[in-house]
Amino acid sequence: MDRRRFLYAASALPFSLIGCGSSGNSGGQAALRNVSYDPTRELYQEINQAFGRRWQAAGNPAVMVEQSHGGSAKQARAVIDGLEADVVTLALAYDIDAIAERSKFLPANWQQRLPNNSCPFTSTIVFLVRKGNPKNIRDWEDLAKPETAVITPHPKTSGGARWNYLAAWGYASRKYGGDESKSREFVSALYKNVPVLDSGARGSTTTFAQRKLGDILIGWENEAYLARKEFAADGFEIVVPPVSIKAEPPVALVDHIAGKRGTRKVAEAYLRFMYTPEGQEIGARHHYRLSVPEVAERHHADFQPVELFTVDGMFGGWKAAHQQHFRDGGLFDQIYQPGT
Amino acid sequence: MVDRTAISRKLIPDMIQTAKTTEPAWMRTILLGIALLFLLCFLVLPLAAVFTEALRRGFGAYLASFRDAAAMSAIRLTLLAAGIAVPANLVFGLAASWGIARFKFPGRNLLVTLIDLPFAVSPVISGLIYVLLFGMQGALGPWLAQHNIQIIFAVPGIVLATVFVTFPFVARELIPLMQEQGSEEEEAALLLGASGWQTFWRVTLPNIKWGLLYGVILCNARAMGEFGAVSVVSGHIRGKTNTVPLHVEILYNEYNFVGAFAVASLLALLALLTLVIKSALEWKIRAEAALQVEEAA
Repeated sequence: MDRRRFLYAASALPFSLIGCGSSGNSGGQAALRNVSYDPTRELYQEINQAFGRRWQAAGNPAVMVEQSHGGSAKQARAVIDGLEADVVTLALAYDIDAIAERSKFLPANWQQRLPNNSCPFTSTIVFLVRKGNPKNIRDWEDLAKPETAVITPHPKTSGGARWNYLAAWGYASRKYGGDESKSREFVSALYKNVPVLDSGARGSTTTFAQRKLGDILIGWENEAYLARKEFAADGFEIVVPPVSIKAEPPVALVDHIAGKRGTRKVAEAYLRFMYTPEGQEIGARHHYRLSVPEVAERHHADFQPVELFTVDGMFGGWKAAHQQHFRDGGLFDQIYQPGT
Repeated sequence: MVDRTAISRKLIPDMIQTAKTTEPAWMRTILLGIALLFLLCFLVLPLAAVFTEALRRGFGAYLASFRDAAAMSAIRLTLLAAGIAVPANLVFGLAASWGIARFKFPGRNLLVTLIDLPFAVSPVISGLIYVLLFGMQGALGPWLAQHNIQIIFAVPGIVLATVFVTFPFVARELIPLMQEQGSEEEEAALLLGASGWQTFWRVTLPNIKWGLLYGVILCNARAMGEFGAVSVVSGHIRGKTNTVPLHVEILYNEYNFVGAFAVASLLALLALLTLVIKSALEWKIRAEAALQVEEAA
């Protein structure tokens, strides 16, 4: 019978598939790889297109920016383990520090290489509440009240959630004049109001918006705007507290990988593009606060006023904040005991 | 052959039901009701939900989800991974089960245990094994990097992880089948002058073909549906290292619920197709066994 011919055909199948797989990848076009954290997809989709146009208009060959998204710490871990990133754009400096420290792919002083602590776009931590703000949430104080359910992701797995936690802690620390035991009491009461800690920011948003759990979602301002738009029918409202933290998601060139892949020039141009008026305008469209004063001035009215403190100013930088709050057995572990 | 007919004869009287051996009607209704309710809640409803969500914005939006370049690349990668993993495990499964069923050798039990390993290990751990092995901080990573070979966070890693998690399916299906069949027919073929290949094609393979196909179908379903192991080694590079299940997660996180469920419905359809083929095969196997029993009698 035709068994033999069938066998040959069957054994050839995977190889023909490999053939079309690899030909699809290497389409002659230069590729730049941006390894980013979870909720930046929409932002970078637009940045990448705009940058591609600019780069080509300046007489360069076409460039395709490949995106990888995931939890910030997980992405940093992947880069350390060998995920080749020409640039990293993560949720907090601590994760890029980890790459610099563990793999030596970029110098330890990477954050001083670009303006504004290497953050072209910043944000702050705000509250998303249900239509009409039925629990009348105005400030951090209201989140620790009994009979209030707060949704926020787990600070150990989500970079975004660490900002939420530190914002609450910073608020308390200011209010109680740096009295640690009182701050601790406040943050404890707040996290007692959290019925579920999702592993990532988008998970928390889905919990709040789709599963209709909780009265308040703590999150980044830009994410709150996006959620309000995506779930427009629910009529969520954004409450900006009087005081909050300046969320600084930094960007960095991964020197070693960009050098190896020959993408250094385009990678540097890509990062610089984010600081141009065009790049900044894209950030504004996605509700990020801007780092270039001239452009920020134009969008002044888009953002509600809020008094911001920084991780460096309030906690002495990420390393110290991590050591004090997020390491195993640190303050967060002491405060949050599931089931209590 | 003789053994099997003896067993079948012994079994047949048990299958003839009498009033004494069956449960009362109300008991049967309740048990059946519980089973059906369970099926409805845990299988039918979620499956229906996948399709309702996918079609929420009409059939046009449903189809548009597949025209996206990232979705196409995810489908291609999934087909590629399954296209390598299934034939690889087919060859391995045949060789291993033949060796185990026909020969006694030291380490035979160890081999059987090792084949089961991917079933016992959590898929996430399977993925991590490869990261630890081929990652930059791992044993082989620095050497691979020096020679510009990308294993993890690239297509080879995804294929490796898929092969690993689908490793046992074919072998697990064939070992008991071949053990039950015994080697008499093959011995007879060899005594009558058939070559090794002839014996394989004309005796061994026809005897196990339905079992083999059954294993291949299950292997393929798992290869295309695997999430955990692949997620760890993927690196999630859009349009490059995302498989269909990973793409579903990404779309869901982008609030693109229609897209996520549309792509998920593809996996659901694959599952349904697998079930149909599986039942057809089971029917075929049973029919053939019954035929052999009749012939022997």
